[in-house]
Amino acid sequence: MLQLRKRPTPLGWSAPLVFVTAVVLSLAVSALLLRLQGQPAWEGLAVFFQSGFGSTWALEDTLNKAVPLFLCSLGVAVAFKLQIWNIGAEGQFALGAVGATWAALYFSFLPWFFLLPLMLLSATIAGGIWGLIPALLKLYMRANEIITTLMLNYIGILILEFLVYGSWKDRASFGFPMTPVFESGAVIARIGRTNLHYGLLLCLAIGLAMALVLAYTRFGYELKASGENPRAGRYAHIPYKKLVILVLVISGALAGWAGFVETSATLNRLQPSVMAGYGYTAIVVAWLARLNPLGIALFSFLLAGMLVGVEGMQLELQIPAAFGKIMEGLILLTVLSGQFFRNYRFARR
Amino acid sequence: MSSTIIIPLLAATVQSGTPVLYATLGEIFTEKSGVLNLGVEGIMIVGALSGFWVSQASGNPWLGFLAGGGCASLFSLLHAAVCLVFQGHQVVSGLALTILGTGLASFLGTPLIGQKAPGFSRIFIPLLQDIPLLGPILFRQDPLVYISYILPIAIWLFLYYTRWGLALRASGENPRAVDVAGISVQFYRALGIMIGGFLVGLGGSYLSLAYTHIWTNGITAGRGWIAVALVIFAFWKPGRAVLGAYLFGGVMAFQLRLQAMGTTIPSSLLLMLPYLLTIIVIALASKRSRGGEAPAWLGVNVEPEE
Repeated sequence: MLQLRKRPTPLGWSAPLVFVTAVVLSLAVSALLLRLQGQPAWEGLAVFFQSGFGSTWALEDTLNKAVPLFLCSLGVAVAFKLQIWNIGAEGQFALGAVGATWAALYFSFLPWFFLLPLMLLSATIAGGIWGLIPALLKLYMRANEIITTLMLNYIGILILEFLVYGSWKDRASFGFPMTPVFESGAVIARIGRTNLHYGLLLCLAIGLAMALVLAYTRFGYELKASGENPRAGRYAHIPYKKLVILVLVISGALAGWAGFVETSATLNRLQPSVMAGYGYTAIVVAWLARLNPLGIALFSFLLAGMLVGVEGMQLELQIPAAFGKIMEGLILLTVLSGQFFRNYRFARR
Repeated sequence: MSSTIIIPLLAATVQSGTPVLYATLGEIFTEKSGVLNLGVEGIMIVGALSGFWVSQASGNPWLGFLAGGGCASLFSLLHAAVCLVFQGHQVVSGLALTILGTGLASFLGTPLIGQKAPGFSRIFIPLLQDIPLLGPILFRQDPLVYISYILPIAIWLFLYYTRWGLALRASGENPRAVDVAGISVQFYRALGIMIGGFLVGLGGSYLSLAYTHIWTNGITAGRGWIAVALVIFAFWKPGRAVLGAYLFGGVMAFQLRLQAMGTTIPSSLLLMLPYLLTIIVIALASKRSRGGEAPAWLGVNVEPEE
């Protein structure tokens, strides 16, 4: 008879092993699902890895998709550190895209070295406001942020649609909901001869800055202390209200940056397809990375590769793109369950 | 004026509110046992798809309706496995269920888009349908709406007047005491998750079998999340869930009616109304309550015995 035993100390060195097992398990379930749908499972997985990570072109595509994922996820992680469940990156992303597009359309005469910073600024403000609203609702109305941020996702996406179907619609687009193509000054350039764009450098800069802030500043310390034990934080006179506002505004602003980068560098215009679900995948990334900036970089890359891989499967095997969501959900569930074995083990009675 | 506009609007309110009512009651049931399940949106859409599927395959909408609940209940077992057996974080597990469920429904439902399934139609209840005002609003609906009238009372009776209900609520309020009494907290929490998931799934199959008879992608459109919000609005009371669901149903019906009448207001603005209302309602309800209404151990796992 097997019995559960609590480990005297949490599992150390073999934790990655548990993690890998969990991921392999979720891949196996995904493959099984393909098989049940009458799709070739092994070929499916081969196409998946090949198109996600298998060539220079694939890696470039994966890196480009990792950019918005990293920005959203970094923001989400800062909020999660304080145990603030910001599920609203998707809406904050939408508002950032709207903010950046506003600047791109109305200040299109500016040269790039004025226009791009202006777009970044208005994306920061728009995304930041979308983070500020749930913060204020939480602090002054005690409204649960999971629900308010989620509702604001739907509203944010509808604002974006309202604009691209309405006053921002390109007259030359044959009725399709999209803005005119941005002037070249509003487009983030490619790096050299690669397909990568300078949004990648933005990620490196903010990622490094955030890692340093979290590790070495008072803000980072307060976040850690208050997040791990809110009551202890209060006794230590850590200004909880200020932290909640700060954290949600930063979170919103970073997701807003992602919206800016996607509209400017990837689409060169605003259209509803900019909403690719990065805001939700970012939650998965943040959690898998245990809120650590370096881990977020790694997992943004891996999950971006997964998204690209699923796109490949869609092109070659006509597998619906929703397969990516299934994989995300499965990985999250198996890794979550796997954590149990860090603290418990089975033993013979 | 009132008979041509107001009464159909109120009848539509009841109809739009019904799927949300099922889902809200389900989540109340689950949360009463101390488990926070944020997977409602995913569980609901799994219910909608499986209900549609079975109804189409069997030609029997009742079978579809029950299958919707059953499959949703099985799907929500994942939450039970992760949170009760493996002690996973309830918020993260719920989100994973939402991601997985919406993914599954979109993946498996793609070939079904635009297809029809045998669904429910209205049955007028003799005598009751002739009551002035109330008759046309409440008693000229489909049978699933009539079930939803009884459901809040049944759940209330179960939770507050049976031993099982007492044990389930105690698992949410004071699991230590339940444990000391020799009753398994995990069993009652699993029960809360499964019955709650069943009800949420019924709400989902209402969408695909009664609200529309056609499969569309993303059929739940955030209703699961609205149900999570309405649980807070309802202060975890089945009776107040009715109020919340119909409030939401009213806004849904109102904006659909405006769109059908060919208003100049862009549809994207009208579609915002239910979500805006949810934020307002949740803010007002949260400010009023003093936090005493949520089950004391909501969202907290109970560690397994050594």
